Amino acid sequence: MTENDGYFLIALIVLPLLSAVSLMIIPSKERALIVGLTAISSLVMFFVSIYVFMAYSFDGSTFQGVMSYPWVENVGLLGENGISLKVGIDGVTASLVLLTGIVVLPGTWVSWKIQHRLKDFFILFYILTAGVYGVFVLLDLFFWFLAYETALLPMYLLIAVWGSTRKEYGAMKLMMMLMAGSIPIFVAIFALFAEVGLGTFDMEVLLSASKDEHFQKIFFPLVVIGCGTLGAMFPFHSWSPDGHAAAPTAVSMVHAGVLMKVGAFGVVRLGVQMMPEGALFWGPALVALGITAALYGAISALRQTDMKMLMGFSSISHMGYVFVGLGTMNVIGMTGAVLQMTAHGLMTALFFLLIGAMYDQSHNRDLPNFSGLAKQMPIWSVFFVFASLASLGLPGLSGFIAEVHIFIGAFRSYPIVGGLAVLTAAITTTYLMRALAQAFFGEANPKWDSLNEMTWIERSGAAVLVGAILLLGLWPSPWIDRIAPSLSQIPGLMM
Amino acid sequence: MTDIFGQTLNLNYVLLLPEIVLLIFSMLVIGIDAFKRQLNISGNVPVGLALAGLVVALTLSILQVNMDEDFARLIQVDSFTSFFRILFIAITLVLIVGSHEYIEKSVSHVGEFYGLLLLATVGAMLMASARELLTAYLAIELLSFSLYIAVSLARSDRRSGEASLKYVLLGGVASASLLYGLSMIYGVTGATQYHEISAVLSAGDTGLTTPLLLGLVLIIVGLGFKASAVPFHMWTPDAYEGAPIPVTAFLSATSKAATIALFLRWFGGPLLPIASDWQFILSGVAVATMVVGNLVALQQVNIKRLLAYSSIGQMGYMLMAIVAVGSGFGSDATSAVLVHLAGYIITNLLVFISVTHFFNQTGQEEITSFKGLAQSNPYLALMITAGLFSLAGMPLLVGFFTKFILFQAVVSAGHLGLVTVAVVASTVSLYYYLMVVRQMYLYEPEDGTEQWRLSLTGYVTTLALFVSLVVFGLWGTPLYAAADAAAAGMF
Repeated sequence: MTENDGYFLIALIVLPLLSAVSLMIIPSKERALIVGLTAISSLVMFFVSIYVFMAYSFDGSTFQGVMSYPWVENVGLLGENGISLKVGIDGVTASLVLLTGIVVLPGTWVSWKIQHRLKDFFILFYILTAGVYGVFVLLDLFFWFLAYETALLPMYLLIAVWGSTRKEYGAMKLMMMLMAGSIPIFVAIFALFAEVGLGTFDMEVLLSASKDEHFQKIFFPLVVIGCGTLGAMFPFHSWSPDGHAAAPTAVSMVHAGVLMKVGAFGVVRLGVQMMPEGALFWGPALVALGITAALYGAISALRQTDMKMLMGFSSISHMGYVFVGLGTMNVIGMTGAVLQMTAHGLMTALFFLLIGAMYDQSHNRDLPNFSGLAKQMPIWSVFFVFASLASLGLPGLSGFIAEVHIFIGAFRSYPIVGGLAVLTAAITTTYLMRALAQAFFGEANPKWDSLNEMTWIERSGAAVLVGAILLLGLWPSPWIDRIAPSLSQIPGLMM
Repeated sequence: MTDIFGQTLNLNYVLLLPEIVLLIFSMLVIGIDAFKRQLNISGNVPVGLALAGLVVALTLSILQVNMDEDFARLIQVDSFTSFFRILFIAITLVLIVGSHEYIEKSVSHVGEFYGLLLLATVGAMLMASARELLTAYLAIELLSFSLYIAVSLARSDRRSGEASLKYVLLGGVASASLLYGLSMIYGVTGATQYHEISAVLSAGDTGLTTPLLLGLVLIIVGLGFKASAVPFHMWTPDAYEGAPIPVTAFLSATSKAATIALFLRWFGGPLLPIASDWQFILSGVAVATMVVGNLVALQQVNIKRLLAYSSIGQMGYMLMAIVAVGSGFGSDATSAVLVHLAGYIITNLLVFISVTHFFNQTGQEEITSFKGLAQSNPYLALMITAGLFSLAGMPLLVGFFTKFILFQAVVSAGHLGLVTVAVVASTVSLYYYLMVVRQMYLYEPEDGTEQWRLSLTGYVTTLALFVSLVVFGLWGTPLYAAADAAAAGMF
């Protein structure tokens, strides 16, 4: 990446914010203008994300495209470069930026059919997007946390105003749990600044500064609990099914697809990269929590009837793999964890897009109410089966490549956990097949004869995600070549 | 000129010009209002005079920014003083411009009301600039007495009189306690000048531990009352609820800020040598204030009471930073308090002025009456939401930046435990702010979706405050630099 590519990283934050501001000015009656503007800006973000991902290539320096503007310095507590607007990405964030670009594009498309206050929806949606991009590209802890909170806050209104099924309850529960999750992060950030004592929030400086081992052991779990809440880590996951069930389609897509990855990424950046000794110490606990979540989520998913609840628990299970991978503390396992973030993000976004496409017509998501949908909505069903296959880890699709890495990493460090992880994959197959058998095959229920096939917009959105899933599944090396070298820079990591 | 001890006194009256101008204008406003029928002058003259006085005083204060000089060893005009002078005058200015319709409609004795606001501003300015205990005490009383009356001036609202009476009685007790405490300090050290007290106390053991501690406790009680610190906060919700809304705003902004200024002057100056004696008391008070303020706010149904408890919670954060001042972290902690104070005031003014306009239109102040405001007046709903989110310390707004700096200062001074409580409390606060936001955005208005607009001055003031909310939220450098310069004047 050349130095000037930093402008593209800044553009990733500025574009969605600019779109949100322009939307504020457009009168809400002008639907065509709103649709046009969001179409352009989501497409531009999509291509900039791809460019940024392609431009990154590991060449010895972890962070690339680094650009820094001093913001607040040499006053009070703050010394040189106290707070600076600093951007830059490593291999992990390069792949997550790409994921965000891919998910936001179809997320924008499927939201165009919203009738109620479309403009306000997109304003909040793009503020959220700006926050997500910010978390990935910002390299200053003050702005990092600012972006983190910016990504959370719009969720409340997005769910409470545009959601369904107990939306107020779901929104408030999600909001309060995620905000409670930022308490330990907030505290850990302050402690980190004070511990390093250089008067700067520059993350590159903080990453390379030496930190006391006891300090790392105390504050690593705080970061894991805080970011883990957003990553739906067991036992801080209970907002996830309720929140997902209540959220509107695009919000579910972005939330499960990207926002949960922000949490897991927080564990990587603030946890493992910032406090490697703490991570080594607490690694086993992370693996234990991860595998518990994987099993617990999968077993709970067996009993769900609401499709979105099913996906909520399935997400908990899949995010469990991520934490197993992070806890292995070897490069293969951690690479798998980051791949799993991307894979799960794509796959779950596809699921929520499909569920939304059906729910908008039927206003019903209960699996027992459906049967033989494959006859009524054949194309929709093909997509759904494809998503299920990706989710259960069929070779050739994205889930496989990620899970294989995690399993190998887990077997290296904790063989028993590796075994349990494989068992989880089997349970995953069971609940997905059960859902498919119940709703898609068998006699068609005449009650649902009126259901229409997906619109062309929805098909294109699904196709984008399917393409990405296939690409990652069949040709994962662009991802692995970027992720693995960046992670191998973490001190104390086994190969 | 020399005093009775033969020391030369600096009687440079220029130093007091902002205060003198405000005093003259307050008398003019009250005087003219008394004779407005006989003189046959329009109703706009009092507000015009008040604004003119404020603008002149503001200009003079800005001209004196770089001064560091004392007046007769009673008043110190330094950067700390200038910071608060500008802040206080600006608050009054914004309040009057933003809510003059309310004042003309819902306040009895309009002229006296403006005059009292100016007098209270002078009191607050003197509190920040005093360098001697008795001057500080007189300044407190000037502020308090003006406010005792102003609280009672809500037209046709019986709660107003009740609120005023409660405030007077409890305020009197607090003042007595404060004065008694000051007399103890004087008794122990034999001085009322801050720097002399500091010198005596840092010279070593005075041998009079009991009266010193008693004095400290009494001072904390007295100031704690003014700052609405728990457990001396009981008057706050009643006074806030009964007072005319601009006075409530004044109580939550100027009165609180002046008290914090005094806290900083006293606990960062004369009382700093005995920090170990008061730090644990203030820690306890700060924790109680943060916890009680934010928890009790959860069950409020009246917006003014809600904001009262929320401001109690906010005072807890600042008291926590006073503890950090005692940990040899004076200048950094002070600038952090000042920056948070400024951010809090901008935010609070935005919320209160928005609520004032809401009340002008609807006559309601229950939280449920905000139902559907996002449809009947989306602009005002956005203003209130931004203000509440900023109070909760949400990003993109000034509250996030200032809270971040404040908490960081306290952690750097070694009080991680206190900050943990503060962060938890501030998360709780988000819940009750969201309850208001929920009413505005999730529900339909009860009486149809009839759109209404603000007055021009309403738009101007709220928009100006909103813009500074966002600008300082994203680029807090000027605010922090000003606060840092002010703090540097003290240490």
